[in-house]
Amino acid sequence: MADNGTERQGTPVPFRGGGYRYRPMRLIGAATFAILLAIWEVGSRTGFISSLVLPAPSEVASAFGYLWTSGQLWEHLSASLGRLVSGWVLGTVLGVAVGFAIALFAPVRASLSPLVAAIFPVPKIALLPLFIIWFGIGEASKVGLILFGTFFPTVIATYGGVDNVDRGLVRMGQSFGLTRLSIARKILLPGAMPAILSGMRITAAIAIILIVAAELIAAQRGIGAYIQMAGSLFAIDQLVAGVLILSALGLTVSAMITLLERWLLRWRG
Amino acid sequence: MDLSLRNLTKHYGDLLVLDDISLELSSGEIVCLVGPSGCGKSTLLRITGGLERPDGGQVLQMSPPPANSLNPLTFIFQDFALLPWRTVEGNVSLVLEDRPIGEKERAEIVADVLSRTKLSDFAGAWPRQLSGGMRQRVAIARALAVRPAVFLMDEPLSALDAQTRDLLMEDLVQLWLRERFTALYVTHNLAEAVRLGHRIAILSRRPGRIRDIVTIETPIDERRHDNPGLIAVQERLWDMMREEAEAAERELADG
Repeated sequence: MADNGTERQGTPVPFRGGGYRYRPMRLIGAATFAILLAIWEVGSRTGFISSLVLPAPSEVASAFGYLWTSGQLWEHLSASLGRLVSGWVLGTVLGVAVGFAIALFAPVRASLSPLVAAIFPVPKIALLPLFIIWFGIGEASKVGLILFGTFFPTVIATYGGVDNVDRGLVRMGQSFGLTRLSIARKILLPGAMPAILSGMRITAAIAIILIVAAELIAAQRGIGAYIQMAGSLFAIDQLVAGVLILSALGLTVSAMITLLERWLLRWRG
Repeated sequence: MDLSLRNLTKHYGDLLVLDDISLELSSGEIVCLVGPSGCGKSTLLRITGGLERPDGGQVLQMSPPPANSLNPLTFIFQDFALLPWRTVEGNVSLVLEDRPIGEKERAEIVADVLSRTKLSDFAGAWPRQLSGGMRQRVAIARALAVRPAVFLMDEPLSALDAQTRDLLMEDLVQLWLRERFTALYVTHNLAEAVRLGHRIAILSRRPGRIRDIVTIETPIDERRHDNPGLIAVQERLWDMMREEAEAAERELADG
């Protein structure tokens, strides 16, 4: 004991916590991009990367500049976006409706859920020839393909989400005499919304993959058609520009869904 | 409104959960239902409120509910059952939205019940921002909004910590002194039952049967923790329940 007046010595407890925590570091992400671009550009200029294999970023930029100034960018992009938005919106709306029906009505679940399970794993692009025979070579077959491709994941996400809503909340609704429609609209739909939104994130990516695949095979206009045309002309700078547009499209869609989530799920904080 | 529970029986599969339960509940009276866990208290409450069908017997309303009552039999749940995607105000308004009342009147009712439960300052808060005690007060406000004839309370204080439970219990006592509501109050906490109940029905372990009904004469506003009479009642209840609780504890949940 330290009753002789002198203070007792001790060693501090060593720190062994910390780490394992997400810290946002935006600059590093941007820097990674910039460094990769710089290496790529230098590699191309010095001839280390052959321009037949991969064009320099500056060449891709000028191909993109031409796309922009000639008005072709908008022409192709608008064609793709039109198909994408209409197919995705239809697929999502129908998918949520059918997902709800499966979750709420046992006979519907018994009849439709095996069907969904059977069709869901089929790569939808394999159905494009069939869709062209059914709906013709025009817009309908492409919109139909996206609708079909986004419908099934939406159905599965929706009924999974509704199944997971706390039944205690449903019982609360019943105990206060809420109508069935109110319970569906005010309790089940918001409760399933997180699952539906994650489903939307996946179906948006599926829709982009499908539209490009469809345009590669059968279209005059659209980003896919542009890439296909550039490929057959060995215009690799245009081809890479097209691919980068797709990447930008994917990022934009994902950012929009993030905004939608932030607004619709603001109650989660 | 008087309620009469007559010969209620309930099975889950082969398991007899409630066996011939009869109980009278008269206007302005709080009847507490105590029993070991798994004895069917909550099932009995759900049957009383029409959320579950009994296999035998019936629950009767002995007089028409008051004309201004929007939802005569109104639950207060142990887990509060608030919608996390609605604010305090929105959660109260929810139970009025399917009723034939105008938007203006609805807003007035919401404002009134929030002020009666001292929640006016939190009208715009999300449930996740509130403590457990506050959440249960929102649920009480929601229940008040539909002007119930009978409250069906399913362990309303069990999810709260001890201090919050005492505070909310005082709120319930004050509420009863003001409004003289009728309630069937399910709990496994004997102190709560002795504090709030006019009569206390003890249920045996599964299959649930009414073992005894104890009447407490001391007026609710004169009950204090150190009242020897009440302590004696609580002791008596515990003696009755001890054996049941011990046996119930040893049962397998899905046995």
